[in-house]
Amino acid sequence: MSQAIKKHHEPLIHITKRDQMVWWKGWLIRAIAILAALVVSGGVIMLLTGLNPISVYAEMVDGNFGSSRKLWMLLQKTAILLCIALAVTPAFKMKFWNCGGEGQTLAGCIAAAACMIHLGDSMPGWLLILVTFVMSVCAGALWGVIPAFFKARYNTNETLFTLMMNYVAIQLVEVLEVLWENPKNSGTVGVINRNSQAGWLPDLFGQRYLLNILIVAAVCILVYVYLKHSKQGYEVSVVGESQNTARYVGIDVKKVIVRTMIVSGAICGLAGFLLVSGTGHTIGPNTVGGQGFTAMMVSWMAKFNPIVMILTSGLIIFLQQGATAIATTFRLHDSLADIVTGIILFFIIGCEFFIQYQIHFRRSRKEGVEK
Amino acid sequence: MSQQISAVPAIELRGVTKRFGSVVANRNVNLTVHKGEILSILGENGSGKTTLMNMISGIYFPDEGEIFINGEPAVIASPKDAFDYKIGMIHQHFKLVDVFSATENIVLGLGKAEKYDLKDAEERVVEISQRYGFEVDPKKKIYTMAVSEKQTVEIIKVLYRGADILILDEPTAVLTPQETQKLFAVLRRMREDGKSIIIITHKLHEVLSLSDRVAVLRKGEYIGTVETAKTNESELTEMMVGKKISLNIERSEPKDPQVRLEVHHVDCTNRQGTLVLDDVSFSVNSGEILGIAGIAGSGQRELLEVIAGLQKTDSGAVLYHNPKTGNVDLLQGKTPLQIRELGVRLSFVPEDRLGMGLVGNMDITDNMMLRSYRKGKSAFLERKAPKNLAEQIIEELEVVTPGTTTPVRRLSGGNVQKVLVGREIAASPTVLMAAYPVRGLDINSSYTIYNLLNQQKEQGVAVIFVGEDLDVLLELCDRILVIGGGKVTGVVDGRTATKEQVGLLMTKSEGGEQA
Repeated sequence: MSQAIKKHHEPLIHITKRDQMVWWKGWLIRAIAILAALVVSGGVIMLLTGLNPISVYAEMVDGNFGSSRKLWMLLQKTAILLCIALAVTPAFKMKFWNCGGEGQTLAGCIAAAACMIHLGDSMPGWLLILVTFVMSVCAGALWGVIPAFFKARYNTNETLFTLMMNYVAIQLVEVLEVLWENPKNSGTVGVINRNSQAGWLPDLFGQRYLLNILIVAAVCILVYVYLKHSKQGYEVSVVGESQNTARYVGIDVKKVIVRTMIVSGAICGLAGFLLVSGTGHTIGPNTVGGQGFTAMMVSWMAKFNPIVMILTSGLIIFLQQGATAIATTFRLHDSLADIVTGIILFFIIGCEFFIQYQIHFRRSRKEGVEK
Repeated sequence: MSQQISAVPAIELRGVTKRFGSVVANRNVNLTVHKGEILSILGENGSGKTTLMNMISGIYFPDEGEIFINGEPAVIASPKDAFDYKIGMIHQHFKLVDVFSATENIVLGLGKAEKYDLKDAEERVVEISQRYGFEVDPKKKIYTMAVSEKQTVEIIKVLYRGADILILDEPTAVLTPQETQKLFAVLRRMREDGKSIIIITHKLHEVLSLSDRVAVLRKGEYIGTVETAKTNESELTEMMVGKKISLNIERSEPKDPQVRLEVHHVDCTNRQGTLVLDDVSFSVNSGEILGIAGIAGSGQRELLEVIAGLQKTDSGAVLYHNPKTGNVDLLQGKTPLQIRELGVRLSFVPEDRLGMGLVGNMDITDNMMLRSYRKGKSAFLERKAPKNLAEQIIEELEVVTPGTTTPVRRLSGGNVQKVLVGREIAASPTVLMAAYPVRGLDINSSYTIYNLLNQQKEQGVAVIFVGEDLDVLLELCDRILVIGGGKVTGVVDGRTATKEQVGLLMTKSEGGEQA
């Protein structure tokens, strides 16, 4: 009778969920992951280009820390990316998947550029900066609140809605580029108020980007406090965890969705202000350059903790800058730099699996059984 | 032939262990089931009954230990393997396709070797039904079926596949007393036919009336197997809990009962457009426990949500008699916040504890704040008072937790419920609604909850208790409101009513179509 039954093999690997891990073990795994990533991408570099990976890595470090200008660039770019990541975080905590960081930031850029171009001569410098700031923040908030309103009112899909709003913003910039073209027939807006520098954020202690960095640092602390210690932040968490619970305790879920997206969009608008008024002094469809999407990854990798986001945004910019550096120094194609960045991110994100789960192999299990 | 084989157990577990992280769900469990035997697995929730059965049916794989089928070592790595060993499991949550007929569901997922012939299959379904005494229409679609019919389809499904070992996970939880008796008759016929049946339950009287032997689990450990004929309720309870406990629930006479809440002719349609409450009227007095009995999904949830301001009504009125002001306030059409602002102190322990009453990923302190965080004008949270409340509840209700900063989803079911009930009572309510407050709780925790409800009653609170265990309802409640299919089918006195009486009222609204 038993012959009729097929023989089954024990599964080769067997995955179980870990209990909470001691913090240092988690960091050890992450450190091993980074090492492994460097080894693997080193192998890939050698295989594809024949270059010595050590010198490639040295160049990556040099590309970020090699001169004070490079260092300031690292900090500045980190600040902007961090700002957008901080912006999308309240929405993410609410499980409102705001993929519209790109568009909301660009909306802020548009407002900033519009103020600088059209109001440049009509008011004192400090007032212009203030007006530009307020208008950018409002524009970002407006771009954020539109999908929130439709989500709250008609339960539309926020992912698609915010994504589409990105394209609207990009198209809008392309139209405005024609309008604001300077010099004529250049096809670009060019540096706004090149001579008067009206609406430009001032240098601080002779450093061009210091003010940007300080503003973002302040935003980082504010977002942290808002999410962790304010009543509104608490409501965001409750709505994100369970809308039923929120309703049960009398939280107006629709109101919270709309309010949180105003906050989210406003901070994006601020990032747009920093990009135009504080950095490039110009606008184009690529002013935000995909950072609205990178910021989502930054926020996720930090598990929505604003303080950890300083690290994750810094890491991403470090990789990007380093990749550009090796591409120019060794005259490699940009794609190789992308490959290296991809490998490193894969390992860093992938190692979370080993922090969450444990893997047993068949042989080690058998020994336990036969005892 | 039968002589020799019956000496070998149909299924035997030796030293089976299963861990989830550091939690041991089953430790070194030994179990045998013979042919033609009904074995009950008895244990409190969280004792590892379902995990153990899931290992036999191939959903989990044991970390240690061996399983023997008919004396041969067996490796069951998937539900498919379990089928090959002629093991069939009937889960607590049915796995049926709603738009398919009974027969279509039964043949769904059969091996490629089987020819798909619906007519032939129908004949076999009828044959199986007749053999064991099922009542089922093979052509009937699942979505038109009552819960008990769906369960029948699940059982036929595994029999159709030739299962010799049947595992039923709390099959009576969704049945009325009458339906339970029918199911037991069927199971007894299967036993006579030589099948091995394992039934998971935590209802002692069912164990005693049905099974041949009882295996008891406690906190994942295998305690022992006893013959049903040689045991009794208190001995089994002691094995289950590990100590002697009294199984009586106190019930005091209501003191000075006054109408606190009235529900008048409430109709309510849910989002799917079905009428879930149909002309419901009743009243609740202060200082009494009003039980609500009914088959799961008869409108209990909607009824409580209407009172709590979470569900809109089509028509009707909910009136609250405020003991402080003497006013009568209209509650329906108001949001929970508006109800609270009226000064109505309404506490609600919902059925879905982690999905509605609490936030699973937040710690105990933050969950305490859910009701009170709005207090004060500051834009910032004040965590001191909630933390004190959390500590107080942990101490008074003996909540087992590493501390106030543990996310509540990491607590066991009983402790989660203590946190929730503790918070709701801390708001010193005048009306306390509790939906299935002891579902999934062990005996000790259940009695803690009953005592808390009794204390509230003695303090003059109007308590509404939605329950599923009729024995408990009849022991605890002063009056019992029975609903069936969204209609009130009767109100009985908890002191004089019988189980059969309530059971009949539960099925009254659909009585016309049932045999």
